[in-house]
Amino acid sequence: MARTGVWKKKSGSSVFEKVLHAEKKATGKSPRFYAPEDVKAPLAKKATNKPTKLRSSLTPGTVLILLAGHFKGKRVIFLKQLPSGLLLVTGPYGVNGVPMRRVNQVYVIATETKIDISSVDVSKYDDSYFKGAKKEKKSGSDSVFKEEAGKKELSADYLKNQKAMDSALTPIIAKTKDLEIYLKAHFSLKDGDRPHLMKF
Amino acid sequence: MPFTRLVEVGRVAMVNYGKDYGKLVVIVDIIDQARALCDAPDMTRKPMYFKRLAITEFVIDISKSPNKKTLIAALNSSKAFEKFAESAWGKKLAAKKAKAASTDFSRFKAMIAKKAKSAKIKAALK
Repeated sequence: MARTGVWKKKSGSSVFEKVLHAEKKATGKSPRFYAPEDVKAPLAKKATNKPTKLRSSLTPGTVLILLAGHFKGKRVIFLKQLPSGLLLVTGPYGVNGVPMRRVNQVYVIATETKIDISSVDVSKYDDSYFKGAKKEKKSGSDSVFKEEAGKKELSADYLKNQKAMDSALTPIIAKTKDLEIYLKAHFSLKDGDRPHLMKF
Repeated sequence: MPFTRLVEVGRVAMVNYGKDYGKLVVIVDIIDQARALCDAPDMTRKPMYFKRLAITEFVIDISKSPNKKTLIAALNSSKAFEKFAESAWGKKLAAKKAKAASTDFSRFKAMIAKKAKSAKIKAALK
């Protein structure tokens, strides 16, 4: 069968797939009327957002070193990748003060240390969990003189979830000797360290 | 004291340059003043520069350019490679390799162990 339209090789295989259909040949009668104004047909949206590829060194339970942000230098545990492509990590909070939070995988170093977290349930966490409640819009000029709001209260649900996560992770961490103090310690480069030659 | 480590057929040498760094080879023939023909059980016989070889104290009993089978037999009977690994030089090389292969967690554990050791020494010397 002859191929019509545009065909493209699928990445990673030898199978071809049709990406653009051939224009249909006019069959039979031509239309009786011609639209007085050209109606622009919307372009087909061809681009789709590809899901972020997880680095192969990252598997749930991997100990990561955070490289940026408030917790840079901290060693944390990778729980899972969220639909947005961000990584869900936690210290855990009880061990080194890093709560469950999202990080981009480019800002972490994956170490070869892994713990088995198959018994920990992380299914209920997704990106919406981390989107805070909508802020109230400040009204015009008054806001400049308004007192800053007091310390943000954390919701009871959030605290409960973190506590549950901590209590699930700590017995697993306790199984490996020295792992807890390892997670508590900061990572930093010392004199003479050659990071490009180091294995993590 | 005359030299005891000579470039000769049967001399075990260590490659000290390039991707084969640390590899043990046997000199099976001398090509000229700069190169020797070298062989090992897991490589194809090839010329190497003396500049890139470090001579060890071990010599195995072989004739010039033996075939692989004879070479392996001579290495097995003399245990030259094993003896090198047990020597101070071999141990140092192995330790260096192990250190390079250590992960972040194992480096951390080594640091903890070192701290504990020096604390004990300090306490003992007080």
